[in-house]
Amino acid sequence: MTVIDPTVAMHLSEAAVSVELETADMTINIGPQHPSTHGVLRLVARVDGERVHDVNPVIGYMHRGYEKLAEVRTYAQITALVNRIDWVSGFANEVAFISAVEKLMGLEVPDRAKYIRLILTELTRISSHLVFMSSYPLELGATTPLMHALREREHVMDLIEGVTGGRFHPNFNRVGGVKPALGQGASTKKMSQDLPAGFLQATSDAMDQVAGVCDDLDELVTGNEFFQARTVGVGFIPREKALEYGLSGPNLRASGVNFDLRKKGEMVLPYDDFDFDVPIGSNGDCFDRYVVRLQEIRQAMKIVRQAVEKIPAGPLQAKVPRIIKVPSGQAYVRTENPKGEMGYYIVSEGGRIPYRVKIRSASFSNLSILPWILEGALVPDMVAIMGSLDFVLGDVDR
Amino acid sequence: MSFWLLLVIKVGVIVGVVVMPLVLGIIFGELKISAHMQSRIGPYFAGGRFGWAQPLADGLKFMQKEDLVPDAADSAVYRLAPYVVLMGTIATFVIIPFGPDLIARDLDLGVFYLLAVSSLGTLGVLMAGWSSGNKYSLIGGLRAAAQLIAYELPMVLAVVAVAIQAGTLSLNGIVEAQATTELFGLNIHLPYVIIGQGLGFAIFTTAVLAELSRIPFDMPIAESELTMGYLTEYSGIRFTMFFLGEYAGMIAFAAIGATLYLGGWWIPGFSADDNLMNFIGPLVLIGKVLLLAFLFIWFRWTWPRLREDQLQTLAWKWLIPLSLFNIVVTAFFKVVF
Repeated sequence: MTVIDPTVAMHLSEAAVSVELETADMTINIGPQHPSTHGVLRLVARVDGERVHDVNPVIGYMHRGYEKLAEVRTYAQITALVNRIDWVSGFANEVAFISAVEKLMGLEVPDRAKYIRLILTELTRISSHLVFMSSYPLELGATTPLMHALREREHVMDLIEGVTGGRFHPNFNRVGGVKPALGQGASTKKMSQDLPAGFLQATSDAMDQVAGVCDDLDELVTGNEFFQARTVGVGFIPREKALEYGLSGPNLRASGVNFDLRKKGEMVLPYDDFDFDVPIGSNGDCFDRYVVRLQEIRQAMKIVRQAVEKIPAGPLQAKVPRIIKVPSGQAYVRTENPKGEMGYYIVSEGGRIPYRVKIRSASFSNLSILPWILEGALVPDMVAIMGSLDFVLGDVDR
Repeated sequence: MSFWLLLVIKVGVIVGVVVMPLVLGIIFGELKISAHMQSRIGPYFAGGRFGWAQPLADGLKFMQKEDLVPDAADSAVYRLAPYVVLMGTIATFVIIPFGPDLIARDLDLGVFYLLAVSSLGTLGVLMAGWSSGNKYSLIGGLRAAAQLIAYELPMVLAVVAVAIQAGTLSLNGIVEAQATTELFGLNIHLPYVIIGQGLGFAIFTTAVLAELSRIPFDMPIAESELTMGYLTEYSGIRFTMFFLGEYAGMIAFAAIGATLYLGGWWIPGFSADDNLMNFIGPLVLIGKVLLLAFLFIWFRWTWPRLREDQLQTLAWKWLIPLSLFNIVVTAFFKVVF
């Protein structure tokens, strides 16, 4: 005969009178292969029905060891690596790195090269945000904006390809300037012929196309009641939390923080020459993050239109030795990338290769808020929130 | 010939001659319409011209795939689920009238039977979700069940208003009632969507979208959240069964909607007793079905999906009170006029 432990018996009787239904949490493993994790992010989520209790992001599936690789590459070779960190904004990654090298060497980059860098950076911003415009409604179930946004992005990619020869990975920056056109040696007078013929007109046409798709998106997505029902008030990030977790870029600005390196005078590129606004959100929800990005496309177009008009003539490269040797020292340069703040900290001991390169990428910090923000969210909102943070796994893991 | 054998032959003819070609047609139509909406070309290889054979090619491809049953699955239930889904849909074609005499079985309780069997499909979905041994499938299956409970009610209540207005539960009776209802004593006969049941039609269409798990109510599948919901583990011919069941369901509900609200096989200007209706009736009904199917396809490729709790809010806080209101108004007019 079994003797029932009195404490257990009491517990049982309590359970019997308890009207609360006891439910067990379920752990679901989302990713690394999943339609909405933007690559190979893995989330271990503990859910109770549709309610998410906690989420543990597991990163590292995309780790390629770029910081270590950079220690055995020459500076010119590293630009090819940094292209691939955030692969939807390849050119913007290069600018910050190459500027850090130039800062170490004390080089003054010619104005024309700076302008070309700036134009391409803003084109990259447009293309990166258009990828967001296409993938975010897709995550909420709308398939058509994908096609419209990506079709117009192709015009921007054509521009980038026309200048650099590459669509995703331009590898166009050189220490001291940008890559001279074929058959033109450094510092010759033919340098003003670098941009392809008709670039001004092509840019203007492409910007018109993109402006058209922005209006289309306003009608198809922004004003859509279902889209608003899914995003307004969802994934709220208060200003303090955004700062605490080190968010940057549109995610930070959507929370109402007016912080854009382009306006801080800190950028290595001549943004002060142009008239543009920095869109700021007020609510810090998914909808604001979407709207801020849509507005940023419009502002970037404004900058590009001004820049192609104002671009000065002149050489494309500063005078640099054939073999780039960087004096010992250290430098940190950060730029406003499409996804947020991108920084490179380079330590040099002299010579052709860096001693250490530390990469500060926007997506890593932006992703770090996931456990906090997803706690208590619903499963469908989880997808909406993840998508609205717009991270790229290459940018997280490097 | 026995009653049951005759019935099975009749339904077989309807499914074989009308429904399955229509399913392939609608699948092809969806491929092409969505392509047009998204600035794409759509299929153009299979079959030579316009890629008309794409649905057939897809079907053949699915048949060649391995019929995989996961280790963790409850094998018997897992295998049975697709057939339950398909059966529930095909059973509705028993009472759909294609003409005054073109009906497999004109039940006096047609509407009642219809609402009963059309819910069978969700049972199959729940079986699939539960037996797959996959957490995504389980969530998808449970979402489908919640959706059924929420949307069966407004649908039934919307249909009740039609039954009140027509004064019969027989589907053929409802069509004839639409053909003979007089508007304010004038000799004008119009379908119910124009006379009296406009709100009911809107409620019915919304509920049908939810029943069919089409966007904006496709949470049971929700590929960006649950990979493929209750379909995650299915492959090969069983997946095809679900696929056919989904599109056949679309046709079934479109045919029901057309019969209840758009006048079914009847078109204004003709008499319901006209023998001609037996010949043009099926074409009229198919035309109305295609119209509604286009509406469903249009919604799907335009809108994002809602959230599960928003769907429930819509059903319980809006559609059910509205449909009750609709019943009261319909009953009032029925009694007064």
